[in-house]
Amino acid sequence: MARTAVRGRLTWQVATVASVAAETDSVRTIRLEVPGWPGHRAGQHLDVRLTAEDGYSAERSYSVAAADGEPVAITVERLDDGEVSPYLTEELRSGDQLEVRGPIGNWFTWSTADGGPLLLVAGGSGVVPLRAILRHRLRSGSDVPVRLLYSSRTLADVIYRSELDQPADGAQVSYTLTRSQPPGWTGFSGRVDEAMLAKVAWQASENPLAFVCGPTRFVETVAELLVARDYPAARVKTERFGGA
Amino acid sequence: MELDGNAIGGLLRDVFGTEMTDAEATCGTCGAIGPVAETVVYLRAPGTVVRCRHCTSLLMVISHIRGLNCVDLGGLGALDVNQSQ
Repeated sequence: MARTAVRGRLTWQVATVASVAAETDSVRTIRLEVPGWPGHRAGQHLDVRLTAEDGYSAERSYSVAAADGEPVAITVERLDDGEVSPYLTEELRSGDQLEVRGPIGNWFTWSTADGGPLLLVAGGSGVVPLRAILRHRLRSGSDVPVRLLYSSRTLADVIYRSELDQPADGAQVSYTLTRSQPPGWTGFSGRVDEAMLAKVAWQASENPLAFVCGPTRFVETVAELLVARDYPAARVKTERFGGA
Repeated sequence: MELDGNAIGGLLRDVFGTEMTDAEATCGTCGAIGPVAETVVYLRAPGTVVRCRHCTSLLMVISHIRGLNCVDLGGLGALDVNQSQ
């Protein structure tokens, strides 16, 4: 029986893995070929579904790592006790197939019309949708000033480091390393706190738009600090992730 | 595992047939209003549980039973979908 797509509904599609690239020891960027992909906006997600031979299936939602108009890609961190991420990061090869659906999400997204200045605050792999925003800003020729504050455990855990080390005009990238710092480290150390935001964040009077993405605790802390700096809550967009 | 409404955009699209992360949810208990994206979501409860970020009251429960999504919206005061899509 032919299946009919219901308008507004998302249908699962078979995507083919075009490439798998290592970002860090535990993080891979997986580029996907998705026939008929309708396009996405920076910050949107897609769902991935894996089905075992016995019919058991597991779904996960991942941020699209690519800018609007770029080929679809996701960046996945391996969580050792995870059900899906070990397969995606360790087993998946070019030519393999996955079920995906998307794009999903209309809240944690940025278009050039949304303006700025932008403050992006990332914890760990929370940098993925923020990287899509940075790439979209660059590709669209936007001159909205942007600052990224990116918290990682160690320098080796920094995802997209070669890209972020060469920020576009009007973009500023700051790192903080929470667990250990290499000799001669000149970036921030420790968890994001008020003093760090005082150095990096725009003044509330500049009417900034903030995007905060990371583990739940990280996001709660940063969002509270920004609201304490008089950022209107509606201008602080948040996205929390958890592992599996 | 505590997440937020961004994580269930796909599930909500299944249930409502439209993008819901930027829909405005009103808590039926405390009256707080905010985007569905900012609600508190637990995925691994029996079913998906959505709670108010302000007062933690239950807003929605979605359970998948024998191929059907069973949806309880009893905790919502209102749910306003963004009409500009």
